[in-house]
Amino acid sequence: MGLIIAFWIFAVVSVLAALGVVFLRNVFRAALLLMLCFFSVAGVFATLGADFLAAVQVLIYVGAVGALILMAILLTRELHRGSPFSRWGIPAAVLAAALLGVLIWAAVGTPWPSPQLPPPQPTTAQLAERIFDLDTGFVLPFEIASLLLLAAIIGAIALVREK
Amino acid sequence: MSLEHYLILSGILFSIGLYGALAKSNAVVVLMCVELMLQGVNVALVAFSRYVVPQLLTGQVFALFVMTVAAAEVAVGLAIIFSLYRARETVNVGEADSMRD
Repeated sequence: MGLIIAFWIFAVVSVLAALGVVFLRNVFRAALLLMLCFFSVAGVFATLGADFLAAVQVLIYVGAVGALILMAILLTRELHRGSPFSRWGIPAAVLAAALLGVLIWAAVGTPWPSPQLPPPQPTTAQLAERIFDLDTGFVLPFEIASLLLLAAIIGAIALVREK
Repeated sequence: MSLEHYLILSGILFSIGLYGALAKSNAVVVLMCVELMLQGVNVALVAFSRYVVPQLLTGQVFALFVMTVAAAEVAVGLAIIFSLYRARETVNVGEADSMRD
């Protein structure tokens, strides 16, 4: 029962915050609402039993990505211009509504298997075993992800460096 | 709670993000909307992991990789927006069209 109430609170808050990100004219408030949306998605992860992902979501998205986006908004000094819609507003709305309809139709119409076993709690140790298992794990994607992060950091520094 | 609830939530988040990414003209807001789309994807991955293979956690591993790529994307995307702003004094995606001519 508590899980159901928590899911509905987090789901409604995240959808309303996402709508605010798109429809608010003030970019700074939109960024704050984006952080609220990240936080409620972390709550949704918690209702799914993904405790490690919920903590990582708060650390990376609410902390790092949110702070970076706020800093970008303040540094580019475009607050007075707001965030207007471009001339693609109506086709984009039609496309997004059509995609949402197809997604809901597919989600409701497909017979999903019901869960047989409860998920492991807590998930952190199992997640580490799943990634670093040498036979069935994800060691090579993990290393490639590390390389991608390194390349992204160096690329970001090279892009913003004063010539 | 059933899998459909989480999938519909993920679809709503993805569609809102898609609409904003296509319809907004401030580059920072476009980047924020792409982040919203990735949130929807992550909700779907974790929900599938919980309801289809609850013991394997594969969807959670995929969600971790999505988070890694999203962090790299934000870093590089904001760096591109900074250099665009430094060169053109604007972050309006409609005004950055010099490659079209």
